[in-house]
Parts: sequence; structure tokens; C-alpha cells
Amino acid sequence: MRLEYFEMIDRVTSLDRDAKRIEASSTVPQDSPVFEGHFPGHPLVPGVLLTETMAQASGYLVLGLMGFTHMPFLMGVDKARFRTFVGPGTVLTVTAQLEHEGSGYAVTKAKIAAEGKPICDAELRFRIMPFPEGMDGLMRAQATRIGLLEENI
Amino acid sequence: MSSTFETVAGIISETADIPREQITPESHAIEDLGIDSLAFLDIAFAIDKAFGIKLPLEQWTQEVNEGKAPAEEYFVLKNLVSRIDALVAAKQA
Repeated sequence: MRLEYFEMIDRVTSLDRDAKRIEASSTVPQDSPVFEGHFPGHPLVPGVLLTETMAQASGYLVLGLMGFTHMPFLMGVDKARFRTFVGPGTVLTVTAQLEHEGSGYAVTKAKIAAEGKPICDAELRFRIMPFPEGMDGLMRAQATRIGLLEENI
Repeated sequence: MSSTFETVAGIISETADIPREQITPESHAIEDLGIDSLAFLDIAFAIDKAFGIKLPLEQWTQEVNEGKAPAEEYFVLKNLVSRIDALVAAKQA
């Protein structure tokens, strides 16, 4: 994870097209400017960044299932629960399941766990839109970096 | 009015926090009820789930934007209900 660059997913470990489910791995860095403020002397990953991590896993799921034809943009977060603290060095397992693919939108349920223990979960909604000019290739490069394209598509 | 309308009106009331009595078959979802595009997607999700259908929102939006159909065709509730009934019937056929 590079928190300050919003690169939340280190590696996609599986994409199950039939089950419409993705699993990814991320390791919280030991040091980050984020921890200077959250919190002084007691570093914890902010809930908004855990939410972003679930959203990115969900986004890669939608991108993979749709074959990179459209871009998902987060538009809603429901039923978010943060069940325990996450500190530096924690290895996270992030999963997302497609709950509904509507016309122009998608709904996922996502969760994060560490060593099998639940950390957080939420229901996320995305607006599905054509790629803005030039974004397609950049997202494919990003997906390649985390192993989504080369291993699973 | 039909049970479909009652279901849709209930969804709109709950999702968009609009008093149920303000919602009539003649209501225009956007102009009369003030539902924005984000809220309409929430409503579409609830309708999709309730009726087991997929409202073709992208197609409708394209038709309105291209001037092929007036927005009233889709966003006046009695028309929306008719389209839901048609989608449900097509699914069951």
C-alpha cells in the first residue's frame, strides 16, 4: 500500500468470474505521513482509507468482469463497519463480491480481514461510465501492476 | 392504482425521504419530486431488487439525450410503472 498515493491494492490474488468475486492482498506500510496525524504516537489506518481499499478492490472486480470497457466511480457507501484497529505492517486480505449489476451502476459487498479476523465491511455502490479520455490505458497499466490483467484476464 | 405503483411509491418515499402522500402517478420524478441522478440510481437498485429486473437506465438516458424520447416517458411515475410491468411480463414470458 502506498497510502499517500491512494494505491491501496498490492496484489490481486484471485478473480473468480463465475462467483463474481475478487480477492486481493495489501500490506500496510511501516511508515507514512498519514500516521503523523492519525494519530500522533499511535499510528492507525484511517477508516476512510480502509473504505477506499474496499472500493478499489470492488472497482478492479468491476473492471475485470466488464473487460475494461467502462470505469466504476464510487457513489455510495452503506452499512460501513470498522471492527478493529489496523496498524503499520498489517497484512490485509481484501475481498469484494458483486451483488448487483444494474444499467449504469453496480453494487458490491466488500470486506477486509487480517489473519482471518474481520477488520471492516461495507456495501458499496458505483456509477459505471465510459472511460474519460486517456484513462483506459492508465487503468490497464495499474491493473497490470497489481497482477489483475496478466494473471486473471 | 396498481400494486406496482404502490411498491415504487414506497421505494421512492423511503429512498429519497419524500412524504408518501406527495407521490402520485402523475409525479415527475425529477421535476416534481426533486430526485437527483444519484438518488435515482438508489431507487433503480431498489426497483431492480424488488421486481427482479434490470431497468435499462443507460438506454433511456441515451434516448432522452438524443431527443428520441421525452424525459416524461420514463420519469413520470405512471409511465415508469408501465415500463416496470412490461419488463416483469417480458421476464416471465
